[in-house]
Order: sequence, then structure tokens, then C-alpha cells
Amino acid sequence: MSNVAAHADDRGHAHAHHPALQHHFDTMAQQKEAAVVGMWVFLLTEILFFGGLFAAYMVYRIWYFDAFAEASRSLSLFWGGLNTAVLIGSSLTMAMAVRCAQTNKRTATVNWLILTMILGAVFLGVKVIEYADKFEHHHVPGYNFQWAAAHEAPAAGEHAVAASEGAAAAEGHRELSLTPAQLQLTTQIYFSLYFTMTGLHALHMIIGIGIMLVITRMAYQGKFDQEYYTPVEMAGLYWHFVDIVWIFLFPLLYLVERHV
Amino acid sequence: MSGHVSPISLYITIFMALMVLTVATVGAAFVDLGQFNFLVAMIIAGFKATLVIWYFMHVKYASKLTKLTVATGIFFLAILLGLFLVDYGSKAFTQMPPFLS
Amino acid sequence: MLDQLKMPARNYLNNGHGLASWLLTKDHKRIAIMYLISISVMFFLGGLFAVGIRLELATPAGDFVQAGTYNKFFTAHGVIMVFFFLIPSIPAVLGNFLIPPMIGAKDLAFPRINLISLYIYWIGGVFTLYAMLSGGVDTGWTFYTPYSATGSNSNVVPVALGIFIAGFSSILTGLNFIVTIHRMRAPGMTWFRLPLFVWAHYATSLVQVLGTPVIAITIVMLAVERGLGFGIFDPSRGGDPVLFQHLFWFYSHPAVYIMILPALGVQSELISTFSRKTIFGYSFVAFSSVAIAVFGFIVWAHHMFVSGISTYAAMVFSFLSFSVAIPSALKVFNWAATLYKGAISFETPMLYAYGFMGLFTIGGLTGLFLATLGMDIHLHDTYFVVAHFHYIMVGGAIMGYLGGLHFWWPKITGRMYSEFFSRIAAILVFVGFNLTFFPQFVVGYLGMPRRYHSYPDEMQVLNVLSSAGASVLGLGYLLPAIYLVWSLKKGEVAGPNPWGASGLEWQTQSPPLTENFVEVPIVDREPYEYEHVAAKEKHLV
Ligand code: HEM
Ligand SMILES: [Cu+2]
Repeated sequence: MSNVAAHADDRGHAHAHHPALQHHFDTMAQQKEAAVVGMWVFLLTEILFFGGLFAAYMVYRIWYFDAFAEASRSLSLFWGGLNTAVLIGSSLTMAMAVRCAQTNKRTATVNWLILTMILGAVFLGVKVIEYADKFEHHHVPGYNFQWAAAHEAPAAGEHAVAASEGAAAAEGHRELSLTPAQLQLTTQIYFSLYFTMTGLHALHMIIGIGIMLVITRMAYQGKFDQEYYTPVEMAGLYWHFVDIVWIFLFPLLYLVERHV
Repeated sequence: MSGHVSPISLYITIFMALMVLTVATVGAAFVDLGQFNFLVAMIIAGFKATLVIWYFMHVKYASKLTKLTVATGIFFLAILLGLFLVDYGSKAFTQMPPFLS
Repeated sequence: MLDQLKMPARNYLNNGHGLASWLLTKDHKRIAIMYLISISVMFFLGGLFAVGIRLELATPAGDFVQAGTYNKFFTAHGVIMVFFFLIPSIPAVLGNFLIPPMIGAKDLAFPRINLISLYIYWIGGVFTLYAMLSGGVDTGWTFYTPYSATGSNSNVVPVALGIFIAGFSSILTGLNFIVTIHRMRAPGMTWFRLPLFVWAHYATSLVQVLGTPVIAITIVMLAVERGLGFGIFDPSRGGDPVLFQHLFWFYSHPAVYIMILPALGVQSELISTFSRKTIFGYSFVAFSSVAIAVFGFIVWAHHMFVSGISTYAAMVFSFLSFSVAIPSALKVFNWAATLYKGAISFETPMLYAYGFMGLFTIGGLTGLFLATLGMDIHLHDTYFVVAHFHYIMVGGAIMGYLGGLHFWWPKITGRMYSEFFSRIAAILVFVGFNLTFFPQFVVGYLGMPRRYHSYPDEMQVLNVLSSAGASVLGLGYLLPAIYLVWSLKKGEVAGPNPWGASGLEWQTQSPPLTENFVEVPIVDREPYEYEHVAAKEKHLV
């Protein structure tokens, strides 16, 4: 099927090897392209990883729309909006970091990376504030979950109707089709998804910051130049992906039904 | 051998666009569009994601293979969500599951 | 001719000695060997649990172990065999070893990630085994909610997390193969010159990369529900247990193709080599692999016909399940056409290939029975299903694995095993397999449910047959362990191409150099050109 023919050094061996070229690649271009595709294939898996959660979210949002709307209104639009802005900003700083690496600006690369990490940390800080708020309001499923009015109402029975009116009044929005007991269960589903989704997103950010720490160090040591900045670019792709996940999480979790 | 270097102005423009769209999505949520609230929110989010992928993640300048990889991800996500809807959709959307009603 | 051969002085096996040279290697071939040893251990452990199951079912009464223990046995058997043996088997061992030399590359695209995937596999394996031995799990390998979420008080979360961890090993292997096949081919190695083994692995990798994350997130959801008391799948908390099944099978149906696709690839190599003919309809066989991978993602709910999915959805998924049979059958027909008028010989790998063809066909056809809505209502959760998937996973995937292992053993080790004993083993496997699993079709059709440790007296004959067959099968699996190890020291030296096969991997020495080739090969011929190889064979030595 093939000739093991003599193969002269004609593929990328014309000039001296770049120190970062691994032995099983022929050229820096081949090595870089492999890394980019590899990273994208990894992000492919990430899409489907979050995809499973989105599927679960979709099913329950359809079933329990009222509960989702109720629960979603209990989130703070201020903190959510602020975090969205912070994360988009960090995407900009990350893009700048990659650009500076491309153009061989060492100090600027380091600075942009540090700024990105700071913005990431701000995001996580806000998340801590929000989570703490959930703990206080007994909105943590499994741990202390009590949907506002439900715990004053008897679990079921004759009082349910009165209690459900009470619940609607307490939450102050509109009449609900759900009994308090049902609301208790279905809002808990919302918050289960809320914590799983935002928790996994935050975990991805923590990992991202960890990666950036390493890469900032490498950049500081001058390991990159315009021929080899792949790690910066890979970290960038990852960070932007995490940003995209949030771009969807924000409307899905914070803006279920705000207009009532 | 470096990849395509985008002008800084482009990045700033994309950033501004993303911020404007964020405000837009919040604003749209406060208008009662009935069933379409969700659709609008998802279209805006999809548009934002596309901007990030296309410009920040350099897919615009990437190889065909990279573009194909991105498309594959979206395609299979669509299969996942779409076929879930084949079941849950034909079970009647608005009904409560039996164990709750 | 053979006794003039010598083992090559320099090869990947003697390039570095000592444990560290193995544990820290980035050579895909050494990593493949370590995978081989690891999955063999897992196969043995999984087999032990199968022995327990068959012992219990030898008599109608539940007398050997208690019901709870029996549940833990079949769960351990399923989990180990599926996640720790079958899924990594052919890709991580044969694929890992062979893809780079087959496409003329020095290594996979990401050698370090390859090593990391092995370590992840080990961590996941140790985690799972520990959890399984210190208490066990009784949910079955499918972990259905709500039992797994709230009912069972066994080690559900630790075992599920072990699978979660091992999943990343699978993802990384798939990722590595995809990039390697795209970006590391030698000059002249176009897509349509790739061996079908490589095509099959490409398709497999797609499934690994796209499917595995979904089981990962499902396990996360199960873990937060069970561990933290979140409400997601448990109906008493407003959740939907059928949602779990959707998510689980979104991965696990494609996962059955992770197990069978590589075996289909091996099969194409064997059939072509031992009938000395170009494969019939190369591009159809190549594309059918990809088609199977894609179609595999749209049929999953055929596992849930009686789980409370809507009737319309059941009809859609039944129809879609039939469509996946088309590319599968296409392959079988093309192999048959390849055999037609070929110069067929019956070396051990070919015996496995023949066994594969028959058993895979039976397994696939019974799959169609099960995909038929009305039929499945009768057959669901009976031994018929057990027989169906064992015909494919044992009769297909393991046959393919053993066939491939025997075929490439001389390439991997540089030595030949005993042809006599290996043929005996192949025949034992075939006979033992059918004896074990054919009665299960019958007993399942008669209504024996799966996963019970006792059954009515009148079903004993069939069950005893099955248990007896299992011991023959076990013997058939033990034999290779002996003669293959024996061959390492005493086997005849094989030479670069003992079978006269046409693939690029046979053009280099056996065992290969660490870099696989002395010089980067340039490919200028079409795949499976057997006429040419026959002429060239004489000069090879
Ligand atoms: C022609 C293609 C195939 C079709 C149409 C098919 C169809 C089916 C159906 C309908 C079931 C569900 C039966 C039930 O639970 O009532 C099933 C179960 C199963 N099949 Fe297949 N199958 C096919 C190929 C395969 C392959 C290639 C494999 C493995 C390599 C496989 C492995 C399994 C397994 C493991 C189960 C049982 C899962 C469990 O409940 O534990 N099948 N198949
Ligand atoms: Cu299936």
C-alpha cells in the first residue's frame, strides 16, 4: 500500500526548529492547528455537558413555568446583570491578552491576563453574595429549602386554597395555579437546577483562573512569542466558552418572566 | 507564523455590542410579549454567543475543520433538545405530570 | 523462512527499562500495552461476577446468594464490563497502538494527554472497584431513578463518580484520535486511503466526544440529588424519573456503538487480509461507520418504550431505530461480497472474524425485534434483551477484540503464538458463547425476567445449558491468557508482516521502533491492494 520512500527534509525542516516544537510534529503550523482543533473538540464535549442540564431545565420549565417564573423573580437582577457585564468585560480583556501575545507584547499580555483573572474573581465574589442570600432566604434545596409562604401553610387539605391565596399575596405577584405544597416542590426543582448550573459554571471559572495563573507565569517568564502562544490562545478559547455559557444562563435563570 | 491579528477597534465594537444586547435582553424581559419573551431572549443570547465565537474566539479566521467542529456541537445539541421535545412535546406541554396532579 | 528471522535490535520495548520508563512514557505503544494489562484485569474481575450470576441461576431457587447480593453481582458485572472493559477495549489498546503507524505518524497528536487518559482510567477504576467491594451497588449498570436517587442504600454515588472519572479518559482518547486522524496523516495518506479500522475509530471517537459528557452531567445531577438532597429526578420531590432515562440513554445507546464500531473496523481488516482481496465497496463501509455514529444518537428512546414516554415518541423512535440497521447491515453484506471468490485461509484471527459475522448478525436482527413496538412490550426486561446485547457485545465486540488482538499480536510483540492452541480457543469461545446465550433468547421469550435471582422450575434446563456454556466460554477466554503470555518468550519471531497484510503498519518492523518508522513514509497506493502485496511478499524478508 505504501512506499517507505526516502523522505528528504522538505517539510518545515528548512529552518531551525522552534524550541517549542514537539518531535512528532513537522511544523509549528501543524502543531498549532492540532491544538486549536483539539481545544474545539474539547469545547464540543463541554457544549453537550451543559446541554444535558439545559435539557433538564427545558423539561421542567415547560412543566412548572409558574414556579420557575416565581422563583426566578426572587433572584436579584442587579447582581445578575452586573455579573453579566463583568464576564463580558473579562472576555474583552482575554481577547486583548491573546492579541498581545500574538504581537509579542510580553508585559501587556501579563497585564491583560491579570485583569481577566481579577474580573473572574469579581464574578465569583458576586456569586458568593448571591449564594449567601439564598442560604439566608432558605432557598437552598435539600439543605433548608422553604419557599416563602409555603412553610406557614398546612401541607395540604382544606386549608390549601386559602394558603395558596396567601402565598400569592406574600409573593405579591399574581394568582398561581399551584398549591403551596406544589409550589414548595417545584420551586425547589428550579433552585436545584439553579445551583447545579451556576455551580458548575463557577467551577469552570475557578478552573479557568487556575489555568490562567499558570499561563500568566509562563508569559511572564517569556515562554511565548509570535510563533508560539498556543497556551494563551487555548486559555482564551476556554474562557470565552465559559462566558458563552453564562450568556445563556443569565436569561434562562434571571429573566424567566419579569413583566408581571 | 502568527494567526490573524484583529484590530483593537473590532474587539471594542464587539464588547459594546455585547453590552448593548445585554441591556436589550433585560429590557425585553419587562415587556409582555406572551410566548415570544422566551424566543426573543434566546435569539439575543444566540446572537451574543455568535459574536463571541466568531470574533473573540477567532472562528472567522479559523480552518474549515474548526468551523465544522463548532457546527457539530450545535447540531448535536439541537438533536438532544429536539428529540427530548418529541417526547415531552407530545405529552402535552402545559399539563402537570401525573404524580403532581 | 521464519527461522531466519531475528527480533529487531532496537524497538519500542527495549527503548528504556524499568518501571518509570513505562509509567512516564509518552509512547502510544507503551500506553496501549498498559491499557491492555489494565483492561485484562478488569475483564477478569467482571468475569468473576458473571461466574457468580451463572452459579446462582444454575438452580431455580435463590440459594447460592441472597437477592440483594445477586443484585450487586449483576451491577458489578455490568459496570465493570461496560465502562472499564468494553468501552476502552479496542480503542485504547488496538486503536492506540495502531492508528499512528496505520496513518504513518510518529505518535498521536497529544502524547501527554494519552498518558493522562490512562491515569484517569486507573483512578476511575480504583475508585469504582473500591466502592464496589466495600459495599457494592444494587441498581444495575443503568442506575435508574428513583431507586438510585432515594431507594437504594448502597454505594451509588461513589460508583457513579468512578464512572464519571473514567468517562474523561474515554473523552480524551476520542479527542486525541480525532485530531490525530485529521492532522497527523503521512503525505499521500488521503482520507480514502485510510484503513477502515481508522475510519471506524474516527466514528467511535465522535461518539465518545459527543456522548460521554451527557452521562457525565447526568451523574452529576444524580449525585447532587442523592448527596445534597436536590430535587431533580425523584418524583416525591417533583422530579421526573423518565428524564433520567432520557439522559442516560442519550449516552448509553451511542455507547453501545463505542463498543461495536471499533470491532467492525477490525472485522474489515481481517476479512480483507485473509481473503486476500480489496474490501468490497470501500467508501460505503467507511461512510457507514460515520452514519452509524450519527444515527446512533437519534434512537435512544427504544430503551424506554414501556417507561412512560408518549406513544408518538415511541413510534418515532421505533422508526428511527430501524434506520440504524441499514448501515450495519450494509457492512455485513460488503464483507460477504469481499469473501466471495477470495483466497480464503483460516488462521485464528479469521476464525474470530467468521464468528463475528454470524453473531453480530443475530444480535442486530434481534435488535430489530426489540425495536418493534409491540414486540418490545412482551420482550422488554426479559432475558431476550440480555441475549440480544450479549450477542453483540460478547459475540461481536469481544470477538472483534480477540480477533484483532491475535491479528496484531505479532506486530505488538514481534512473536507468534501457538496456532494450534489459538484455534482451539477460538472454537471454544464460539461454541461456549452460543451455548451460553442462545438459550437465553428462548427463556426470555418464555417470559423469564432479567435481574431476578430465582425462576420457575420449568426454566431450569435452559438455564443449566446457559451456565454450562458459560464455563466453556470461560475456558476459551483463559486459554489465550496462557498461550499469549507463553509466546512472549517462546514464540517464533514473527517478522514485519507474517500475514502478508497490506496496511502501512505492517511495513515497519515488529515490534516497531519508538518512532514507528525510520523515515516518514509517503503513501502512493490505494488501500487493500492485495495483488501487489502478494507479489512483494517474497522480497519482504
Ligand atoms: C441494529 C441495531 C440495534 C437495534 C435496533 C437495537 C435495539 C435494541 C432495543 C430496542 C433494546 C431495548 C430492549 C428492551 O430493553 O426492551 C436494546 C437493548 C440493548 N442493546 Fe441493542 N440494538 C441494536 C444494536 C446494539 C448494539 C450494536 C449493541 C452493543 C454493542 C447493543 C446493546 C444493547 C444493550 C446493552 C441493551 C440493553 C440495555 C439494558 O437495558 O441494560 N444493541 N437494543
Ligand atoms: Cu439502544
